[in-house]
Amino acid sequence: MSDLLQRIADRGDAEAFRKLFLTFGPRVKAYMMRHGADAGKAEELAQETLLVVWRKAGLYSDDKGSAATWIFTIARNLRIDRLRREVPFQALPEGHQEEASSEALPDEALTARERQERVRAALATLPPDQHEVVTLSYLEGLSHSEIASRTGLALGTVKSRMRLAYQKIREAVEDLQ
Amino acid sequence: MSITHHIDTSTLMSFAAGSLGEALSAVTAAHLDMCAACRAELRLLDEIGSALVDDLAPSPLDSAPPTMQLRRLEAEVRAEAPAVARSGSDVPLPLQRFIGARLDDVSWSRLGIGVWQHRLRLSSKASGDLRLLRIAPGRAVPEHGHTGNEMTLVLKGAYSDALGTFRRGDLADLDEEIEHQPVADAQEGCICLVASDAPLRFKGLMGRLTQPFTRI
Repeated sequence: MSDLLQRIADRGDAEAFRKLFLTFGPRVKAYMMRHGADAGKAEELAQETLLVVWRKAGLYSDDKGSAATWIFTIARNLRIDRLRREVPFQALPEGHQEEASSEALPDEALTARERQERVRAALATLPPDQHEVVTLSYLEGLSHSEIASRTGLALGTVKSRMRLAYQKIREAVEDLQ
Repeated sequence: MSITHHIDTSTLMSFAAGSLGEALSAVTAAHLDMCAACRAELRLLDEIGSALVDDLAPSPLDSAPPTMQLRRLEAEVRAEAPAVARSGSDVPLPLQRFIGARLDDVSWSRLGIGVWQHRLRLSSKASGDLRLLRIAPGRAVPEHGHTGNEMTLVLKGAYSDALGTFRRGDLADLDEEIEHQPVADAQEGCICLVASDAPLRFKGLMGRLTQPFTRI
């Protein structure tokens, strides 16, 4: 997928965009619906996400992470803007050139893909109580205190489960770094 | 000078998830701009979000992909990317569109003896409170607790409290269980960005601080 994005970045490749659109559009639509958008609104936001991908592809390079992650950040920012109606302060992973240039490994793209696989595998093996708070945060858009009242957990428990989940996933990708 | 106080991982997870309120997000983004360690953590947290979305059952789109051949001109070129000059600025990039590039140019209103503020406007839907505080050298902010989360990022100078000394780039990520009494550095004083997700309680603090001078 990163090579499709790279082709859009390098030469405005319309066929690469079509493939990317067909792959990510339905996922972004599902993401928006999870966050409460109706089907029409979710479709519109998915289209808009992919149009931002097209416009900003020139800012992407695969040493900044996988295409999927880059597209996720665009979809998330659009959700904050349109569904939460707040200012998204999250920058796209495009600034801060220093990390990329200091270790421009030739197999960085592969590493991003492999990282992504490890993250998925680690997520799948999280204990259910940790998986739950992570999902409520990312897919339901709930704050710490909203998760606490939804689950009946103490605020401190919500936070420590998030930290534990992060720790486990970090261990799973650590030897790749 | 390195950063020793960072964002709590659970707060950064909320930020990556897009579930952190606007005021706290602003402080988080400003700290990230100054802190490579937290940016590395955010990268993995973004990857977690991407993996979760990837595992959702896709919802087929009703419409076909738009034809892009005609839309090439919309594409942004790589060379245009750095929109804001960073040199000579002591304001983190995410804040520059609100307060400009230099702390010296911020307009302050006096809150009390040795304390000034500059409030930042949030979106109308956002709850919480976001403001810059300027504390004169050696001056203390009254002891206070929090009903919600409060985040304080030092932009200039330093302050100390029971948790340690906080210098430029350091961030205090506090929840309601913590009480503290920050004292600004005796030489430099302190300018910090303070966000709260519980506006009323923060008002309580400011109220005590400023009661004789302003009506909040």
